[in-house]
Amino acid sequence: MKPFRYDRAADIPAAVGTLARERAGVFLAGGTNLVDLMKLGVMQPDLLVDVRRLTSAEIEDLPDGGLRIGAAVTNSELAADRRIRSRYPALSQALLSGGSGQLRNLATTGGNLLQRTRCAYFYDTTTPCNKREPGTGCSALEGCNKDHAIFGASRHCVATNPSDMAVAMTALDAVVRIQGPGGERAIPVTELHRLPGQEPERDTTLEHAELITAVDLPPLEFSSNSGYRKARERASYAFALVSVAAALQVRGGLVRDVRIALGGVAHKPWRAHTAEDALRGAPATEESFREAAEAELADAAPLPDNGYKVPLARNLMMRALLDLSGGS
Amino acid sequence: MWGMDVEITLNADGRVHRLDIDPRTTLLDLLRECIGIWSPKKGCDHGQCGACTILLDGKRVNSCLALAVAHDGAEIITAEGLTSDSGLHPIQRSFIEHDAFQCGYCTPGQIVSAVGMLDEARAGWPSYVTSDVGAVETRLTDEEIRERMSGNLCRCGAYANIVPAIREAADGVRHR
Repeated sequence: MKPFRYDRAADIPAAVGTLARERAGVFLAGGTNLVDLMKLGVMQPDLLVDVRRLTSAEIEDLPDGGLRIGAAVTNSELAADRRIRSRYPALSQALLSGGSGQLRNLATTGGNLLQRTRCAYFYDTTTPCNKREPGTGCSALEGCNKDHAIFGASRHCVATNPSDMAVAMTALDAVVRIQGPGGERAIPVTELHRLPGQEPERDTTLEHAELITAVDLPPLEFSSNSGYRKARERASYAFALVSVAAALQVRGGLVRDVRIALGGVAHKPWRAHTAEDALRGAPATEESFREAAEAELADAAPLPDNGYKVPLARNLMMRALLDLSGGS
Repeated sequence: MWGMDVEITLNADGRVHRLDIDPRTTLLDLLRECIGIWSPKKGCDHGQCGACTILLDGKRVNSCLALAVAHDGAEIITAEGLTSDSGLHPIQRSFIEHDAFQCGYCTPGQIVSAVGMLDEARAGWPSYVTSDVGAVETRLTDEEIRERMSGNLCRCGAYANIVPAIREAADGVRHR
């Protein structure tokens, strides 16, 4: 591992200020992805600013009935929280499907959102990768791309975002709170991650030295009727091939409201707006669910090795919605 | 500034250590190379096998992915530290009684992980196979044990005996 300096700032403004002065520095929280990337030489920061003990490790009730999750809350504590389990079960399930018990005990909420892709070429420093070394090319385009994106990719990068947690947060309209050199701001989680375009080295819209301090979950009348389904190559402890987070409200046999997000299909968690729009007001039937899923997937652009993700995403969406509608 | 050592203090298996370390040092390397506690094993060194599992401030974690500088003041328990004056930990005894290992390389990590996992289950934590994550009580079935222990790999394939060893120690454990 390349040598680096380690800084434990006194508070968040000091951490942000320190990193703002060090272009080649990064924040450290749980470290489960960052330390691995540093061992492999994929990331070679000169400075680590440790923020794990600076941001909140609490989950607070908000006056509007929502919850504020401190950035340092571990994935395991968040998944086990009684309020999350009863009011936002999709988030609890998504977290529990990610990593292992050991990893979830180290990994934090902020760090989970900022984990890097698991594209094998990104991790292999002997191969070209525009995300790791801009301008060198994308090895996955001509190589093995079975794990890669079917939505929103560019000729510069076809990598996917690996987070399960972020998929559930995307379906649940979460808001990310950020503190940076220019002050504080809050953005929908759908605006945190970005599509690769011509700058695949940028995973998110965060500016340098901006720190995620918390994630807010707004109240949603039907979020207690939500769930997360994940297809992967082994029964446990694997990243998603495709996953779906969904919340559904049915009244009198009709879909009154719905939230759907897909994982494993794009450079960011993919909010399925087309499917949602098709479903509002439609009968809560298998046929409607299939039509909505197919409408969402009409724009999919699979690569040579990942065409399977299109029917897999369709089936996962249908299964998730059927489960939530109480159907079989 | 490069390579400047940082002073940290750790309690490892009941003994306090004050060390000057390179910031690159993981807890795994610190325990094995600096302190001489060899029960956490370096399997993959990437958080994928669980052989390095320790209890860090009471929670099971992969020590290969934790930078020691970030855990100044921490209390660590390894498989060696689970034993007491009265002998082996019940999980350790159960692994022996059930012949729950072959080569033994993954065993310290399996045992520490099982201890941490049972504490999590006692605290009422659900798992991905828990049918209703909102439920107040769930039984620790074999399926639950396998899911909760999936972060520990055994290349000999001793799982057939690992699950019963943990199940016996888990008897009576319920989600609350």
